[in-house]
Amino acid sequence: MAGKPLVSIISAGMSQFGRIEGVYARELFAEAVREALERCPKIDPEKDIKALFVGHMGESYEHQGHTGPTLADWAGLTPSAAVRTEAACASSGVALRLGIISVLSGMYDVVMAGGVEKMTHRTTAEATEFLAMASDYPFEQWNGMTFPGLFALMATAHMHRHGTTERQMALVAVKNHRHGALNPKAHIQKEITLEQALASRVVAWPLKLFDCSLITDGASCVVLTRPDLARKFTDKPVHVLGSGQASDSIGLYEREEFTSLKAAKLAAKQAYDMAGVKPTDIDLAEVHDCFTIAEIIAYEDLGFCKPGKGGKLVEEGVTALGGRLPVNTSGGLKSKGHPVGATGTAQACELFLQLTEQAGKRQVDDAEIGLAHNVGGSGATATVHIFKREY
Amino acid sequence: MTEVQPTFGIESFYRFVGEGKLMAAKCKKCGEVMLPPRPVCTKCFNKDLKWAEVKPRGRLLTYTVIHVAPKQFEELAPYPVGIVKLENGLQLLGMIRNVEPSKLKIGMELTIDFEKPSPTPTQWPQWPRYHFKPA
Repeated sequence: MAGKPLVSIISAGMSQFGRIEGVYARELFAEAVREALERCPKIDPEKDIKALFVGHMGESYEHQGHTGPTLADWAGLTPSAAVRTEAACASSGVALRLGIISVLSGMYDVVMAGGVEKMTHRTTAEATEFLAMASDYPFEQWNGMTFPGLFALMATAHMHRHGTTERQMALVAVKNHRHGALNPKAHIQKEITLEQALASRVVAWPLKLFDCSLITDGASCVVLTRPDLARKFTDKPVHVLGSGQASDSIGLYEREEFTSLKAAKLAAKQAYDMAGVKPTDIDLAEVHDCFTIAEIIAYEDLGFCKPGKGGKLVEEGVTALGGRLPVNTSGGLKSKGHPVGATGTAQACELFLQLTEQAGKRQVDDAEIGLAHNVGGSGATATVHIFKREY
Repeated sequence: MTEVQPTFGIESFYRFVGEGKLMAAKCKKCGEVMLPPRPVCTKCFNKDLKWAEVKPRGRLLTYTVIHVAPKQFEELAPYPVGIVKLENGLQLLGMIRNVEPSKLKIGMELTIDFEKPSPTPTQWPQWPRYHFKPA
């Protein structure tokens, strides 16, 4: 059934996610790198890590461009080739994919893929403006559109077409906070009630505050190598079986439908085909719940259920810890937090921990195959990766 | 200053908005209609295009009401924004005015109001605004 490993993940690291005052992006990233190296002491960063692919969305937050080498420098990774990738919220999903491709090409034996964002020192209005840059400026932002607004447009369409309810969306938030409460690295390690979620203030109707992911500081990374070299570094490598990426119109308004993301569906098909697995083979997933509706749409785009049935899936507890297909055991973007550039590799990091049985209180038993789904902007970029434990 | 020939693109789209018109680019080769207009046909990559006026009237496909707005729109919030289907399957996003948010309905008919361009442009961008309103 499952196909050949493309590359192997030999370690992963994450900084604390949260509102971390007085710290800069490069310092957060150095912490994620340090943890990855500590977790796998056989990696010699100077000798082994020949390239860094690092996702980072916004120069505006810290008035800092040229962030590839900035991050490599402060993490102690120079002179390795440093490449910053930018694909809005999918920046490090793309970094991961480029890392995979670079190893597959034969150019490098060991590379790091990671991501970082430092956001909370800015006001909500500033962060709202910087995040909106991921959408179409002359035709969306110019008309007062915001990032939550774009997903609100999808939510309205999903409710109208499929009968999805605000309650079902709120249940995604409740579930992910329950998971996040078990993750010591999560931004908000607190459970919330359905009533709280439904009563929270409106951000972009029908989305309320508790439908939105968090503005978070954080960094994450994974170390990749050739499958035949993985055992040199660790007894428990996690293999990447499939990788997919696709793009769509930058403006949401041009799309044929607003109830699914074409780029995500295409990326998923590529990843499933490459991995030789089906949606029913997936044991757990980290999906891009930037807004609760996005998780419901993700279930459908990834084939976890039929189109329009995503709300039901969360209602029935299928995607909760203990359910048939736990989704966002890390707490997701909703509770773990969404430091935009760090999110893609933070998903890979969670799946690495789960598939190597290092996920602590939120450990899923006997998980063999995991999937990560990372979306940029309103779906102009999507990446899907499929991972499998070796042992 | 060199006179720039109007091309099929963002600047021309908004120049026409300032004149109260919605203009699309039509490919003379394959007939593809593009709104906003683009300089090259995205279907057949042809550059031989012509202008096609689009009726400023359509149906609401989906909408939201923005409560948390970016700085420059904070004074307007809460305000509705929607995606509208015009003729030829063309679609456009814009604010919806002259309507109670609770009266918004998917499928409702909307028309477009065009604003005049700013008489004294100071900094980029200076695109004239358009917005939707109930028909």
